[in-house]
Amino acid sequence: MSVVEIVADADAAVAGIADGATVLIGGFGAAGQPVELIDALCRAGARELTVVSNNAGNGEVGLAALLKAGQVRKIICSFPRQVDSWVFDELYRSKRIELELVPQGSLAERMRAAGAGIGAFFCPTGVGTPLAEGKEIRLIGDREYVLEYPIRGDAALIKAYRADMAGNLVYRKTARNFGPVMATAAATTIVQVDEVVERGDIDPEAVVTPGIYVDKIVAIGPAAEGAA
Amino acid sequence: MTVEHLDRGPLDRAEIPARVALDIAPGSYVNLGIGQPTTVADYLDPAAGITLHTENGMLGMGRTALSGEVDPDLINAGKIPVTETPGASYFHHADSFAMMRGGHLDVCVLGAFQVSVAGDLANWHTGAPDAIPAVGGAMDLATGARALYVIMTLFAKDGAPKLVPACTYPLTGRACVTRLYTDLAVFTIEPGGVRVDETYGISAAELAGRLGVPLTS
Repeated sequence: MSVVEIVADADAAVAGIADGATVLIGGFGAAGQPVELIDALCRAGARELTVVSNNAGNGEVGLAALLKAGQVRKIICSFPRQVDSWVFDELYRSKRIELELVPQGSLAERMRAAGAGIGAFFCPTGVGTPLAEGKEIRLIGDREYVLEYPIRGDAALIKAYRADMAGNLVYRKTARNFGPVMATAAATTIVQVDEVVERGDIDPEAVVTPGIYVDKIVAIGPAAEGAA
Repeated sequence: MTVEHLDRGPLDRAEIPARVALDIAPGSYVNLGIGQPTTVADYLDPAAGITLHTENGMLGMGRTALSGEVDPDLINAGKIPVTETPGASYFHHADSFAMMRGGHLDVCVLGAFQVSVAGDLANWHTGAPDAIPAVGGAMDLATGARALYVIMTLFAKDGAPKLVPACTYPLTGRACVTRLYTDLAVFTIEPGGVRVDETYGISAAELAGRLGVPLTS
């Protein structure tokens, strides 16, 4: 579909996410984490999810709350362990969640590849380390590379700063992080923004994510003080 | 030739990053890892035109944000609020790591559990069976930066050397470390072996005896 849908609230935005779906969730720690969309996914109750995100949740909110609700079967991430990742830590130690650990750049590039129609790629990161075990190694020139496959999502939940009615997105500072890549890599890309503006109100030269990658937008407003 | 600083003790936790900063050329693009490497920024000459990269999508990162300057959308790789400098730019994660992997960063500074004489780096996992693994951008940085400087103490708390013939902890990257900055000595790791550039509070001969790995002067 080429038409961008502006939905009324976060619950309507995530309504189509089914049990067993692979969900790409933006954010680096709390920056850029689409907390309201994740909360809606908690309420929607989809289970057996595979979540792809850089971290595995902070405190008890957002992604951590989704984990705590027992809705996530597997997480694919680069840095699960943090000072405030106790929800994930407990699930992992009690073997109630599967972890696929991926170097951060390979995580981003695997999603970029999915969005760009690349079948797989050879990447130098991780050669000679445990994270390359079981993967094909190819000598190209004088250097070894690991074969990495794309990561595709059924849905992506991301946070941007502003959208226009054509679905074009701009982000804010380092909250951009995985958003633009995840937007390209999912069958349905769902975006929460501070505000939605008219066509023409975002300078075409400044667009970061063109609207072709965006399916549903919900305006949440700026984050409350102290929100994750 | 090794320079022996025998009129003083070992470098302390502030002096090691200050020593690293001396080796970062004006105009360099630099990534500083989480923890002690981050403090190298405190010793860079503001007039040297050094641009800091942070893996979460920014060039031209400024100092840590003071209270009143904190913006939750502007953080560094350690998720600490920071500031932006004039000329800063933002980009998404795939671009940020393409920048690294593509060899565009001049220097990366990381911490380590162990470094081998071949320049192998182990800094992400102790290998303990109950440890929760987390790699972040360490492997990408180790693989991609043109020069990789490592900061660590030379000996573990139990006295075991951390510059070793071969790493016993799981590797982060192979043959990637170019210089090693420790409390007792600064080393350059070359294809032919490890050269001791400087020692602090210990002679090169005594250092060689304690380490038990081949060293050149």
